[in-house]
Amino acid sequence: MTMIFGIPVQAFLGQLLIGLINGSFYALLSLGLAVIFGLLRVINFAHGAQYMLGAFVAFLLLQYFAVSYWLALILAPIIVGLLGAAIERTMLSRLYKLDPLYGLLFTFGLALTIEGTFRYLYGAAGQPYSVPAALAGGTNLGFMFLPNYRGWVVVISLVACIGTWLLIEKTKLGSYLRAATENPVLVQAFGVNVPMLLTLTYALGAALAAFAGVLAAPIYQVSPLMGTNLIIVVFAVVVVGGMGSIMGAIITGYMLGIAEGLTKVFYPEASNIVIFVIMAIVLLIRPAGLFGRDV
Amino acid sequence: MSHATHTEASSSKRSERSQSASLTYAVFLLTGLALLVVAPLFFYPIFLMKLLCFALFACAFNLLLGYTGLLSFGHATFFGGAAYFTAHAVKEWGLTPELGVLLGVAGAAALGLIMGFVAIRRQGIYFAMITLALSQMFFFFCLQAEFTRGEDGIQQVPRGHLFGFIDLSVATNMYYFVLAVFLIGMVIIWRFINSPFGMILKSIRENEARATSLGYSVARYKLGAFVMSAALAGLAGGVKSLVFQFATLTDVTWQMSGEVILMTLLGGIGTLIGPIFGAGLVVTLQNYLATSDFPVTIITGVVFMACVLLFRRGLIGEFYASRLGRRLGFEHRH
Repeated sequence: MTMIFGIPVQAFLGQLLIGLINGSFYALLSLGLAVIFGLLRVINFAHGAQYMLGAFVAFLLLQYFAVSYWLALILAPIIVGLLGAAIERTMLSRLYKLDPLYGLLFTFGLALTIEGTFRYLYGAAGQPYSVPAALAGGTNLGFMFLPNYRGWVVVISLVACIGTWLLIEKTKLGSYLRAATENPVLVQAFGVNVPMLLTLTYALGAALAAFAGVLAAPIYQVSPLMGTNLIIVVFAVVVVGGMGSIMGAIITGYMLGIAEGLTKVFYPEASNIVIFVIMAIVLLIRPAGLFGRDV
Repeated sequence: MSHATHTEASSSKRSERSQSASLTYAVFLLTGLALLVVAPLFFYPIFLMKLLCFALFACAFNLLLGYTGLLSFGHATFFGGAAYFTAHAVKEWGLTPELGVLLGVAGAAALGLIMGFVAIRRQGIYFAMITLALSQMFFFFCLQAEFTRGEDGIQQVPRGHLFGFIDLSVATNMYYFVLAVFLIGMVIIWRFINSPFGMILKSIRENEARATSLGYSVARYKLGAFVMSAALAGLAGGVKSLVFQFATLTDVTWQMSGEVILMTLLGGIGTLIGPIFGAGLVVTLQNYLATSDFPVTIITGVVFMACVLLFRRGLIGEFYASRLGRRLGFEHRH
């Protein structure tokens, strides 16, 4: 068997793939956080809960309405996005004039409420969600065996990331968004409905999280706690990348996912904390983050 | 906060007002003390001790959030970390309780120094996210480290003899020990926020750029406040491990960090005694719900949202700002 650095190639590539999968989720989630933060100046602590909601909506749709994975991949983000819009309109929008810390505290409370409710209703144990038939099985790439579904997750999340990036950097709506980030008062004076833009942005962020949740459902089990531990890691990712740039968030997400996967090969004990360690090092060397403009 | 015009009349009115405030304070303080001294006659001592530990924890946290303006999302590290250190020192090394607690405080202060050194490089919400991430790292450390015994935690920690001769396994003795620690902690906090150091911290909270331009080394003051807050949180955690005679992972989780934020927010950020009431409410609620199967998390979350949306000054802060509070001579400063 071929070896790389004294590790069998198969194990190495396997962990690399897991790292890439985790990286996809980090990228999707930190992207959503960065989009929301960019305009709303709110760190959305409920992002993890919205990711969990996405997975649960897919699970419940399948359970009660026999909705397929493919439809759920579209429906769940819409449902969670609408929910996000409602929350933004009724509650979150009251906090914009205050210290951004209140937004963080509010969304923290929201996350606790959502998670507590689902734990109450469905227990802490995970619910299985099976891989769609079209993506069952795997492909032998010659040097490794790639489960089709995992390949699909890597590809589709990359597409979603780039799509969001294009939406924000290259479309008219995106240019309104970016303008409103720079100077909301001026943009409003030009006749753009900024409050609507804020609601849309939050809904988009929530929908992205839910999309990631549906993607995650067949890989991890659908459990009420799936979001929280993830969101703390994603916070570290966001600190490393800096929230100034969308592309920065995406690249950092993948990079750290892979770093985590590789740590699992070489020093498994540290794999839980490697991202936090990287975060601390980056803060000591470059406090604004790798791609960050200082806030 | 500072009003530029200081006419004779307003300043004399103010001193009158602050005089009546200090009188009210004295009355409240003495009543509170008397209640705490006789409380074990009416309530279950363990419950009271738990309450005092969390009250001190929340006040230590408030030192940072309320008086320096830094939101730490990682204070469980100091609370739970000190609980581990104290429990280990008392159980494995046979230290007396007071030395064990001091060791816990020292450990918490050291952790605070490390975490603070990294975290103060960013401000605002970044600071919160960094402390959260670092404390999650400490959680994983505790999960894997040898001396914490993983999921089991350190159990059956002996309470021992205070100074070698006061038997703390007697509930009454333990209660007054905890009460004494709580009061010492509160006096330290009170002295700290009214010292020149504390004044500079408040100026940093109000306007960091101006404090810098006045020549204060803002980073150093922030770090000082962070270590102080961590040490006091450690004091609360160390004592708690003696009260319950165990130290477990629960105390180092992010949920614990969230809980102390809630206590402070609910009681009143930036008020000296608010967090005590916040802690009292949260602990009572948890005790009450412990017997039902309704999850505390939902209530915690809803109370969080309600606090942020409806009464950001917290219970005590709202009271100070209310008509009655102002008539009694309180001024809400925030």
